[in-house]
Amino acid sequence: MSTTIYNDTVVRQFSIMTVAWGIVGMLVGVIIAAQLVWPALNFDIPWLTYSRLRPLHTNAVIFAFGGSGLMATSFYVVQRTCQTRLFATGLASFVFWGWTLVIVLAAATLPFGFTQGSEYAELIWPIDILLAIVWISYAIVFFGTILKRKTKHIYVANWFFGAFIITVAILHIVRSLVIPVSLTESYPIYAGATDAMVQWWYGHNAVGFFLTAGFLGMMYYFIPKQAGRPVYSYRLSIVHFWAIISIYMWAGPHHLHYTALPDWVQSVGMAFSMILLAPSWGGMINGIMTLSGAWQKLRTDPILKFLIISLSFYGMSTFEGPMMAIKSVNALSHYTEWTIGHVHSGALGWVAMITIGSLYYLIPKLFGQQDMYSIKLIEIHFWMATAGIVLYVTSLWIAGVMQGLMWGAINDDGTLTYSFVESLLRMKPFYLIRLIGGMMFLSGMFIMAYNVFKTTKNSKPVGVLVPQTV
Amino acid sequence: MSSFWSIVVDIVILANMVGGYFLIRWVAKPVKGETKEGEPTGHVWDGDLTELNNPMPRWWLFMFYITIMFALSYVALYPALNNYSGLLGWTSAKEYQQEVDNANEKYGPIFSQFSKTPLEELSKDEHAQKVGQRLFVTYCAQCHASDAGGSRGFPNLTDNDWLWGGKASDIKQTIMHGRNATMPAWGSVLKPLQIGYVADYILSLSGREHKATDATRGKAIFANYCAACHTADATGNQAMGAPNLADRVWLYGASRNKIIESITHGRSGKMPPHKTFLGEDKVHVLAAYVYGLSKK
Repeated sequence: MSTTIYNDTVVRQFSIMTVAWGIVGMLVGVIIAAQLVWPALNFDIPWLTYSRLRPLHTNAVIFAFGGSGLMATSFYVVQRTCQTRLFATGLASFVFWGWTLVIVLAAATLPFGFTQGSEYAELIWPIDILLAIVWISYAIVFFGTILKRKTKHIYVANWFFGAFIITVAILHIVRSLVIPVSLTESYPIYAGATDAMVQWWYGHNAVGFFLTAGFLGMMYYFIPKQAGRPVYSYRLSIVHFWAIISIYMWAGPHHLHYTALPDWVQSVGMAFSMILLAPSWGGMINGIMTLSGAWQKLRTDPILKFLIISLSFYGMSTFEGPMMAIKSVNALSHYTEWTIGHVHSGALGWVAMITIGSLYYLIPKLFGQQDMYSIKLIEIHFWMATAGIVLYVTSLWIAGVMQGLMWGAINDDGTLTYSFVESLLRMKPFYLIRLIGGMMFLSGMFIMAYNVFKTTKNSKPVGVLVPQTV
Repeated sequence: MSSFWSIVVDIVILANMVGGYFLIRWVAKPVKGETKEGEPTGHVWDGDLTELNNPMPRWWLFMFYITIMFALSYVALYPALNNYSGLLGWTSAKEYQQEVDNANEKYGPIFSQFSKTPLEELSKDEHAQKVGQRLFVTYCAQCHASDAGGSRGFPNLTDNDWLWGGKASDIKQTIMHGRNATMPAWGSVLKPLQIGYVADYILSLSGREHKATDATRGKAIFANYCAACHTADATGNQAMGAPNLADRVWLYGASRNKIIESITHGRSGKMPPHKTFLGEDKVHVLAAYVYGLSKK
């Protein structure tokens, strides 16, 4: 009987880079948050201006931090739950180096103004092509592993990872169809309202599949593992999986309420956004209920705290989302800081927290250690991150509602009570609180980096044998 | 979209909406040979990963059904399909028009009252000035700045230096119908050296540092090419928005380099018309406000 070991090399590479990219992406976020308080911080240098750094921040946190985290965990989880070594070792290695190259190229182009101008799809076409090749390779490695699995059933985490990988490939390719006119410039093949609709079909499903389905895959492995409890309900898994992936597809138009998009399309977006609430909550219920019978662990286990609070933020954001998709709420919330607060309660509270918790579980195992170097530091990281998010989200809620109300305030003569600049001036204290919240979250990431460094410093990665019995 | 595809899309929308219900009913059915409720299903992964055979929470199913019903009612009432526009007959265009009409009905009389007062008189009316200022910071401040001090390419409205005339009626005309100012590009007609001479001549007019011999040469060129619009003494022509070049107010920068840039590449200034957008009554109040600014 031949013995094989799991391919944990690529998992280790992605895990370490997740921490590194997290720090880079969040640091850029903190810089632009500071620029909103003190605009002079761009020093009149074009590549330090808000408009150039903002796409760098979003790309770095979503694709570099989130993407690397998803690749690390999906490659780990698919091997363990299929009980087989990762398919195509060389291709898996290409996925890591290719993905990393895409990120480096993004950092080398976006600040210098090379952009396609579509939110979350800013990369210029040559990088888009590289990204497509890397992503298809990722799909081959992942589904190749599923195909050669030794287990009969496919574990629920892999349903979500699989849906995420297939859909992101489609989203990326359809959104990036352009006619190049030079190495760095191109025109989209869509025009007008069609282009806007394709943009938000892409943008909203990037949230739905990259930032939701992918991380639900992460949740379905690391919560039962860390809690040592079975997944609460198999039936709930099935229903919320199929419901979430079919319904998410329709919700994009809620980003374009009260625009030139035809009325019926806006209505479709709003109606499906409402139906999306229950399927979204299905994942939260299944995750939190997995803990029943093990609630006492929450008191002592900071990793479990990360994992469970991420579900709380997930539940909150996926309630807030459908509410904001209602046209009359949207009339108040759209174009305000509320939207940014909503995104970050999802991005920091859900995506980052579940990733951090999963990495704290994963990293000691990848480096042949029993535990992280310091459990105390994980606890400190948890509280800094949580307090940071609370400051961030609440300040932008207040700021956003205030903006919405100020913009809509009307005098007795029908004129607007406030000019735009007046509403902007009122934002300053909230921008400052948001900056402090962001800095706290970033500081937590530095603590994590130190903890990871100490954990991995003197350790030798050990090959883990693939168990032979089914 | 062809009618065939529009029907297909409508069917897919409705099917996906009610699909959640059938999915639930199908998955909730007992399966032959399944384990008892609350017991593990029997699937095991990675040593200890298992899942329980628990039913979906009732309150959650209830919430799911309510949202599906909400969506279906919404489709019944509002336009959400290609081939059916909803019982309420609502459209965003109608709602917008309704809001505009309501506002006009409510606030229109206030402004039509103002419009009966001549501009000069209205500019001294404190209430009208306040209303005018609010209109200004909403519609004009983006270019002319909140204090009407302007910025590069957008005139200062407080300095009593006017491109198109400073009489109250001129200002109203400007806001109502907009203005287009075109300074042609002379880079293809004049040589760089000649343009430099003209720049020196222009600098000399406002008594600034210049080369006297070059300015003399520039004067002849100016007379040939520039005087037609800016007039022989370079004090400008308000009938065509040609700026006075003999004063120290500069729209596109006062430095020699900026002047050379203006001559070489030309300039294009656009003030958009506001007649159809705001209506004459509001423009009247705005014009009185702007007129008042320069009289302070």
